[in-house]
Amino acid sequence: MIVEIYIALKKGVADPQGLTVKHALESLGYKDLADVRMGKLVVIKLNYKDKKRAEREVNEMCKKLLSNPIIEDYRFKLSGE
Amino acid sequence: MKFGVVVFPGSNCDQDCFYVVKDVLKKPVKYVWHKDANLSGLDCVILPGGFSYGDYLRTGAVARFSPVMKHIADFAGKGGTVIGICNGFQILLEAGLLPGVMLRNRGLHFICKHVYVKTDNNRTRFTSLCNAGQILKIPIAHNEGNYYIDPAGLEELRDNEQVVFRYCSARGEISDRYNPNGALDNIAGIINKKGNVLGIMPHPERSSEDSLGSRDGHLIFKSMVNWLETKRL
Repeated sequence: MIVEIYIALKKGVADPQGLTVKHALESLGYKDLADVRMGKLVVIKLNYKDKKRAEREVNEMCKKLLSNPIIEDYRFKLSGE
Repeated sequence: MKFGVVVFPGSNCDQDCFYVVKDVLKKPVKYVWHKDANLSGLDCVILPGGFSYGDYLRTGAVARFSPVMKHIADFAGKGGTVIGICNGFQILLEAGLLPGVMLRNRGLHFICKHVYVKTDNNRTRFTSLCNAGQILKIPIAHNEGNYYIDPAGLEELRDNEQVVFRYCSARGEISDRYNPNGALDNIAGIINKKGNVLGIMPHPERSSEDSLGSRDGHLIFKSMVNWLETKRL
């Protein structure tokens, strides 16, 4: 089983990197952008197929290490091979 | 009195801190490897600057799970003196020993230059030899020094006088113009509620001798020595 975890800054937390990328895109002519936010993608291959266990453990991983709950939100999706 | 300088894989200011304690302050000091569990006999633990674990994931996020960190939390819980400088500050934030978090500098650049900070609170064991509001010239060198905390957290920091240093002009004026990295409220250094753990982005170990262009950082080390010598004995 594979889990894809997306981590991004919470709404309201300044994202200087996203802003810079937005400006760069605009300078390329893409003027119709409301907002650009940068984030991280973590892909984990699990050695087991138990969906419940995966959800429990991935939530723990995100809270303990992968995200900083003060400034970041996370979401993830599980999929087969 | 004995100092310990913690070494993580990727620390790069450990030798500077060690040098300042040994050769400038002339106090006993030892390195503490991040896998070491033994802090016994130490009165002060220094978490030095650098790029622990390559700054992977988030600055300090991996280092905070190093074996030594549990012992540092216990040490701090018992009132031991802990100072985290730059990456050390970031580790203390990730470990929850200090409140808040570091974002990327608002200009996205790594900044390495001398800045001025104002001593907002000189009634701490880290600043007792500074005058109230004293302006210190100390260099910064970081990419993630943009301090952030939610409004309630900032209120709490202010209420408890936990903000110790703020970025300012050479004359002490605090405004956005003199904020190098976008840090909330120009915050450059904070202490915990108990007052025994300091996190500071500027590098006092790089400004403890005249030959380095400023010895203002020495005041912070001297304050710590002074406190440890007078309060502990």
